[in-house]
Amino acid sequence: MWHSLVPIWTAILGIGIFLYVALDGFDLGVGILHGLAPPALRETVMNSIGPFWDGNETWLILGGVGLLAAFPLAFAIIIPAVYFPILIMLLALVFRGVAFEFRFRHSGLRRFWDRAFCAGSLIATFAQGLVLGSFIQGFKVEGRAFAGTSFDFATPFALLTGVALVLGYTLLGAGWLVMKTEGPLQAWSRRAGRIALIGVSISIAAVSIWTPLASSAIAHRWFDWPHLLYLLPLPLFSVVAVIFTWHSLGRDCHWQAFLGAVGLFALSYLGVAVSLWPMIVPGHFTLWQAASPESTQAFLLVGTLFLLPVILFYTGWSYWIFRGKVRGDADYHGA
Amino acid sequence: MALDPLLLSRLQWTWVICWHILLPAFTVGLASYIAVLEGLAFFTGRTMWSRISAFWTRIFAVSFGMGVVSGIVMPFQIGTNWSRFSDVTANVLAPLLAYEGLTAFFLEATFLGVLLFGRKLVPPWVHFFAGLMVAAGTLFSTFWILAVNSWMQTPQGFHIEDGRFFPDNWWAIIFNPSFPYRYVHNVNAFYITTAFVVLGVAAWLLRRGRSTDEAGVMMRMALNLLIVLVPLQFVLGDLHGTNTLKYQPAKFAAIEGRYDTVSPLPLTLFGVPDDRAGVMRHAIEIPALGSLLLTHSRTGTIKGLADYPVDQRAPVGPPFFGFRIMVGIGVIMLFMAVAGQFLRFGGRLYKSVWFLRLCQWTAPLGFAAVIAGWTTTEVGRQPWTVYGLLSTAHSVTPSLTGTDVAISLALYMLVYLIMFPTGFGFMAGIVRRGVAVAEAPPDPIQAGRPIPPFVSAEEEPDHVA
Repeated sequence: MWHSLVPIWTAILGIGIFLYVALDGFDLGVGILHGLAPPALRETVMNSIGPFWDGNETWLILGGVGLLAAFPLAFAIIIPAVYFPILIMLLALVFRGVAFEFRFRHSGLRRFWDRAFCAGSLIATFAQGLVLGSFIQGFKVEGRAFAGTSFDFATPFALLTGVALVLGYTLLGAGWLVMKTEGPLQAWSRRAGRIALIGVSISIAAVSIWTPLASSAIAHRWFDWPHLLYLLPLPLFSVVAVIFTWHSLGRDCHWQAFLGAVGLFALSYLGVAVSLWPMIVPGHFTLWQAASPESTQAFLLVGTLFLLPVILFYTGWSYWIFRGKVRGDADYHGA
Repeated sequence: MALDPLLLSRLQWTWVICWHILLPAFTVGLASYIAVLEGLAFFTGRTMWSRISAFWTRIFAVSFGMGVVSGIVMPFQIGTNWSRFSDVTANVLAPLLAYEGLTAFFLEATFLGVLLFGRKLVPPWVHFFAGLMVAAGTLFSTFWILAVNSWMQTPQGFHIEDGRFFPDNWWAIIFNPSFPYRYVHNVNAFYITTAFVVLGVAAWLLRRGRSTDEAGVMMRMALNLLIVLVPLQFVLGDLHGTNTLKYQPAKFAAIEGRYDTVSPLPLTLFGVPDDRAGVMRHAIEIPALGSLLLTHSRTGTIKGLADYPVDQRAPVGPPFFGFRIMVGIGVIMLFMAVAGQFLRFGGRLYKSVWFLRLCQWTAPLGFAAVIAGWTTTEVGRQPWTVYGLLSTAHSVTPSLTGTDVAISLALYMLVYLIMFPTGFGFMAGIVRRGVAVAEAPPDPIQAGRPIPPFVSAEEEPDHVA
């Protein structure tokens, strides 16, 4: 079942999921930091993501539905295999989303909704990390269906990736706050970002050591000559990204730390892709085997090639409208 | 007996979809209403339109946020609990779901941000345009999701290979036989639902003597819409029913509670269906009227459920009662729409306390009708997910145990029972504060901090000074 649209859809979906991770990543990270920030600064923390989180979360739907459309077999195996992490993620996102709306309307319960917002962000992120870890480890499959139990996700490796993602999103959130705020909150975000960066670096190192030890296929992929030579830039650039982010957090830079954090995510993401390629259900099905027929992929591609740039355009436009610093003494509409 | 993952998965789906649909049932109509108000504000320049629009946009923001988060749950349900359905139907259905995301969700989310936060950042025409885009987004979303649902009811344009559906003709798949009817019937229902909420809120404000100018305008707008849309809904519903009779006769028999085949067909007004015995007990029937109303002929008839194999019959109770509740509510709505116009032309609309009270009580009726209507069509489709081709029992995820689903269902119930009542409470709070909210003096702790985003741009009436 080889057809030529599979690489295109792999790229689109890959970019779509990465956009989700980077965009909802920063606002989930901001949510986690919101609970840790000094109480006097929390309103500004919240306002920095006000107009964006809705749209950011939409990429999650597109990622899920895009996977269903382009690689339905992968969707039908992976999603039930991570039944509980998905459940927890969804409930946490629900809670977090409504907490965001409700906290502004109910001063009596504001502290409760503030905590719900922070906890929801944290739990949703951790659950996404569990999904990532389970996905890398692979699933038990019979025929065209997941054949394990709904508790297979609970492994030490998945716990590690869960913690790693929490640290990673926190770093993204800190980078975002450094970019969008100033004064004491920015200074606080720089310190928080550095702490998260240390954790992220340790986590990336741990995952990079763990995966080749656990899977000989991944070990061969990375360490067989000449693979090592082509792939060496990935770890090297990662080290550069870590150093760059560290320095940007320390100096009087504004957007560089966020860029560095996104870069670090991109490199880690590519690292996972290199490890698993060309499998979409690790150990069982390749991208080509799990793909929907060409008629399906072509039908969706026609619209996507037109609509995705439009979406990127007006998403970018909305970020442009709300550009600049969120200040403590003036709200968005400059009143 | 052990917990049945199939039954529990169906309950879980019912739980999450029933709560979710309350929000689109309201926001689809409200988005169009806000777009109209923004348009009036833009073209007439009168601040009253902006005030009414701002009032409803505050409510819209809360309901839309709840709609987004409860909506994200839905596609993942298809994966977690209905993964066999995903594998078998995705080639045909998934692109339609993806198009929903591409054409609707981003449009709604992005332009809602502009509508809420951008009044002073963008020119007035862009603000109006944002309102239009949000409204268009909700209608696109309804289009695609109903295309998916309709294909499950009346599938066409495909072939089957290795037990899976493969697309042949996308036009036929999207515009499947039941889709146009379901779309107009459903969008109209959403508009009516919103209009009744607007009517109820306006009546409440009038009775309390708050924002009476704005409330009067809202009431007139809602009544003008209803006098057209409610009668229209009876026509659209009849067309939809005729379509069901043609393509899903077994569902139709269940809706009518018809076990035996007789001619001429009586109209069953009420009864207690007994599926096991295959009879309608305590039936109240009007002779021959069924033939006339349902088949539009004197002697026309429908095939009774007894003529279908036992494993291809829907349970009669939910579609039978659901349909009667829906139609009953329709009759009440028709009365309200007509009575409102009579009072208005008699000049007694705002003084008639009984009518204003009735408006308040009937405000949630649209939601009840939407749930009843969807129960009719969805339970009526059973025992299939894809009508006649894929059974519900073969759609469920095989790896799930009853305990798994019991845990997830319990958690969904817990979270939704906190979230939805709170959300509805907040919306009631916004209504209570009235249309023209005076800016509260900032309390000392809040001073010097930005006003919360979701109220800020819309909370205060335009400053004239």
